[in-house]
Amino acid sequence: MSSQLDDQRIIEFDVRTDEMLVNMGPQHPSTHGVLRLVLRTDGEIISQVEPQIGYLHRCAEKIGENLTPRQWIPYTDRMDYLAGMNMNLGWALTVEKLMEHELSDKAKHLRVLIAELGRIASHLVGMGAYGLDLGTFSPFLYAFREREKILDLFEDVCGARLTYSYLTPGGATADLPPGWLERCQEFLDQFEPVIQEYHALLTTNAIFIKRTAGIGVMSAEMAIDYGCTGPVLRGSGVNHDLRFHGEEIYTEMYDGYIFDVVCEKDGSYPVDETYPPVPEDAVLGDCWHRFYVRMLEVVQSIKLVRQAMERYSSASGDWGIPIKLSQRLPAGEAYLETEAPRGQMGFYLVSDGTAIPWRVRARSSCFCNLSVTAPLCQGCLLADVPAIVGSLDVVMGEIDR
Amino acid sequence: MNEKSIVEQLEAQFGDQIVAVELDAIDQWIEIQPASLIEICQYLRDTDGIQLEMLNCITVVDYLQTDPKKAAKLDWEPHLEVVYHLSSISHKHSLVVKLKLDRWQDEDQQLLPDVPSVSQIWSTADWHEREVFDLSGVNFTGHPALKRILCPEDWVGYPLRKDYQMPQEYHGIRGR
Repeated sequence: MSSQLDDQRIIEFDVRTDEMLVNMGPQHPSTHGVLRLVLRTDGEIISQVEPQIGYLHRCAEKIGENLTPRQWIPYTDRMDYLAGMNMNLGWALTVEKLMEHELSDKAKHLRVLIAELGRIASHLVGMGAYGLDLGTFSPFLYAFREREKILDLFEDVCGARLTYSYLTPGGATADLPPGWLERCQEFLDQFEPVIQEYHALLTTNAIFIKRTAGIGVMSAEMAIDYGCTGPVLRGSGVNHDLRFHGEEIYTEMYDGYIFDVVCEKDGSYPVDETYPPVPEDAVLGDCWHRFYVRMLEVVQSIKLVRQAMERYSSASGDWGIPIKLSQRLPAGEAYLETEAPRGQMGFYLVSDGTAIPWRVRARSSCFCNLSVTAPLCQGCLLADVPAIVGSLDVVMGEIDR
Repeated sequence: MNEKSIVEQLEAQFGDQIVAVELDAIDQWIEIQPASLIEICQYLRDTDGIQLEMLNCITVVDYLQTDPKKAAKLDWEPHLEVVYHLSSISHKHSLVVKLKLDRWQDEDQQLLPDVPSVSQIWSTADWHEREVFDLSGVNFTGHPALKRILCPEDWVGYPLRKDYQMPQEYHGIRGR
């Protein structure tokens, strides 16, 4: 036979694994929605990753060019559907920025209260789903048990459990119902000690640390270069949170509130004896740090909600009457980014002076966060891909818009 | 450094490459010549004191009035506007850079307008430019792999153009 080797021993030295294309998704449960990753692998090693997105694309920006800003609010709910309240807030503030609309103090405190509860609910899903990505089911149930209570609170406020359309340009669609603050207080008192359970289940779990510490390390420069924001950026040690460093119309909502930006400084996190220590194997900017930042942000959000409740009940003014459904917009343009749970969510509004915007643009935080997947996964093991993508905590509804 | 002094520094450095400056707008912006985009962006990112190291967003606004009655009253010609939102994490300031383009390079409306790609300066521009190409139809020269990102590869047209027509049919799926 012509293909026979002269020396059979050569084959012993030259056993090679073939390069293989592996298609992961779009229905893989650990991809947080319909994300498809095309992996080029050599054995267990990934040589190239190409994310394929767009399965949920509905061109929300084009829809926004045919509706008034208040009519577009329900479409913002469906972007990051795990943090609908924060999406509403981002768009409402952008419209108010263009209209130079002033809010009463009470309305601002109401918004802080709702937005921070939304952040807690969103980070709980992030935590639970990350457990699922890494093959453990129980944290998901623990996370959803508490999230359910936040959704109950939101349901009392606006009747919806997922797509709220509650915060709207001008304020909110309704005031808080009677007795709501007491129920919220009850929830916080019950929720705060439960966080220790999450730390026991995941943060300090030896298997979890093995799967995440030192995996997918991203430097601060790389995070900024790729436009990463939110916990992904702060997980790399960059002190940047729009609630502190954003534009005035957004930061004035948080004026006088006492809370910290969660990010590592000189090798440690803000000191609190209840926080678990950073494991030895963890490197700044790895999957573990990104996860940990989210966990600590939940604690900060609880603090904020408590302060907001106090201020809301003593503040004067109305809860914020929404603008008219077909309110005429001033000609001009405004761009505003807010700190949504998954990063900086930006909205850009161009108006020609009619009630319907000329152009609407949504800058998605997850879109930028996901774009870093390819360089992060290069050279890692196949099993680490879900760990890395999960640690970015993306929601496809927001990426595809 | 505030936006005003950044703009003054830019004007001293680049002169007539800066076409227009608007400091009274809600978000201060400058308009530049498309040809000097790379040079100016590199300068904005790397100069001490300015350091706009974050590219937040790239948007294209299509200025085309499709209603002929309204179009007759307008004081502008149809054009595209590319808008770059930049911000600095170290100095906490931001700047908007704009440039104007013709909607098409040729009369037959076949050739997309060209803009130099800034993906060498900010890696995040890679995906943003792909999205803009996909939805608004702008060709970024020098981009590593300019292809559609949100729409399917065989999609026809650029949905965020004002004169875009929804397809009647796509692979047997009826539109409208």
